[in-house]
Amino acid sequence: MKMIFMDHTSGMPVDSNVVEAMIPYFNTLYGNPSSLHSFALEAKKGLKKARENVANLVNADKNGKIIFTSGATESNNWAIRGIAVRNKERGKHIITTSIEHMSVINVCKYLMQQGFKVTFLPVDKYGIVDLGALERKLTEETILVSVMYANGEIGTIEPIHEISKIVHARNSYLHVDATAAIGQISIDVQKEGIDLLTISSNDIYGPKGVGALYIRKGTRLAPFVLGGGQEQGLRSGTENLPGIVGMGKAAELAKTEMKTESKRLSKLRDQFINKLLQSIRYSFLNGHPKKRLPNNVAIRFNFIEGESMLLNLNIAGVAASSGSACTAKTLEPSHVLRAIGLKHEEAHGSLLFTLGKQNTEEDVNYVVKLLPDIVKRLRAMSPLTPRELRESV
Amino acid sequence: MYSEKVMEHFRNPRNVGEIPDADGVGTVGNPVCGDMMAIYIKVTENRISDIKFKTFGCGAAVATSSMITELAKNKTLEEAMKITRKDVADSLGGLPPVKMHCSNLAADALHEAIKNYRKKLEADKSE
Repeated sequence: MKMIFMDHTSGMPVDSNVVEAMIPYFNTLYGNPSSLHSFALEAKKGLKKARENVANLVNADKNGKIIFTSGATESNNWAIRGIAVRNKERGKHIITTSIEHMSVINVCKYLMQQGFKVTFLPVDKYGIVDLGALERKLTEETILVSVMYANGEIGTIEPIHEISKIVHARNSYLHVDATAAIGQISIDVQKEGIDLLTISSNDIYGPKGVGALYIRKGTRLAPFVLGGGQEQGLRSGTENLPGIVGMGKAAELAKTEMKTESKRLSKLRDQFINKLLQSIRYSFLNGHPKKRLPNNVAIRFNFIEGESMLLNLNIAGVAASSGSACTAKTLEPSHVLRAIGLKHEEAHGSLLFTLGKQNTEEDVNYVVKLLPDIVKRLRAMSPLTPRELRESV
Repeated sequence: MYSEKVMEHFRNPRNVGEIPDADGVGTVGNPVCGDMMAIYIKVTENRISDIKFKTFGCGAAVATSSMITELAKNKTLEEAMKITRKDVADSLGGLPPVKMHCSNLAADALHEAIKNYRKKLEADKSE
């Protein structure tokens, strides 16, 4: 049976060109860039090139810094805690949104225990941040605003440029988590006015366990991982060179391929969404219909539960994801789906397909043909299904 | 994540449906927590002669519902009342720890159905 992978936000295959670029750094170019011999020089070169490629992908300026980390979670932790530690004399207020990744939310909650005040901004039914609320909540005390570029669970893209203008008018810093957006849509830290940008590697077909933080010049940020002073004293620890080189190569490829690939995926996404909504009654799109990541298809189906759909899809060879946290550690459905105003049972009935390079129109057609039967079967079994629907889809 | 037995019941759930003229109905859970099930029973000479279920929920919720119908069929009401959540989980070759609480409601639904039947019986007698 052919397996169709449509869960790219959870993990992407590493591009074969990336793997090839990484291999020498395991066993030939294994020098530590901090050493003083020729092995180190080669390692240093690899590090420099990777940094340039990542900078290039987000159009970072020469004065800004790209610092490599262990991934997006560390970058988010560092950006928020680093600003908090370094700027607490100026103020102890942080603003974020109710749909951020847990690596933002939980850091903010931790800081609340440390005496910081955190405002979680509401979003509208599409997941767009309430700019009026942002303006009202910003005070002299606000040292940081952290907003994601786009949400991976519902695909909605935030108005970063407008947010930046509001934040900078009040002399606060703007951190943007671009994990879901990177490689999907073009990001320009200069044009959009971003002070700190979280960049992940696995979301651009690079290896896991590596990421980066862009830091605009003049941003007062305390280092997070202390030690031997690598990465310009900002992030200690011997550099994960194969990972970093891989991320650099992935960034280079993303930069060249993004335009064509995003166009292809957007078309595929819209076909997928339209066909599903047409063929299944009581199905709805989660997130914004237009301001949407090219790879994101998030649909909810009334009267049935996500995990049951996922198991059935998996039996038929399709890997997707659900908005239901039933598979995770709590009973609560996703905070993102709750924040856009979905009822618990609606959130539980959500499915998320995230497309990638290897997905074709044929794959989409296969799922579109498969899903109505799964939905029909589960609805026939569900006590919530209205009588009129029990026999049809 | 799930045992073979759970997946087997999930793929081919036994006794799905409603019994329109059921002698007892038990509904437990809540769509809010993501799991809800209804058990319908027919009782003949103090035995469960027919049993069906409807479930909204995850794989474990479907499998436990299906399993309880097998465990309870043809049992006396007293025997059926003794079937526990653990019996259901054990018969399925175990459940993931996180599912033991939230999705293992089938035994409760069965007990509710029996209580519902007994209540109706009482009501009929007193009439």
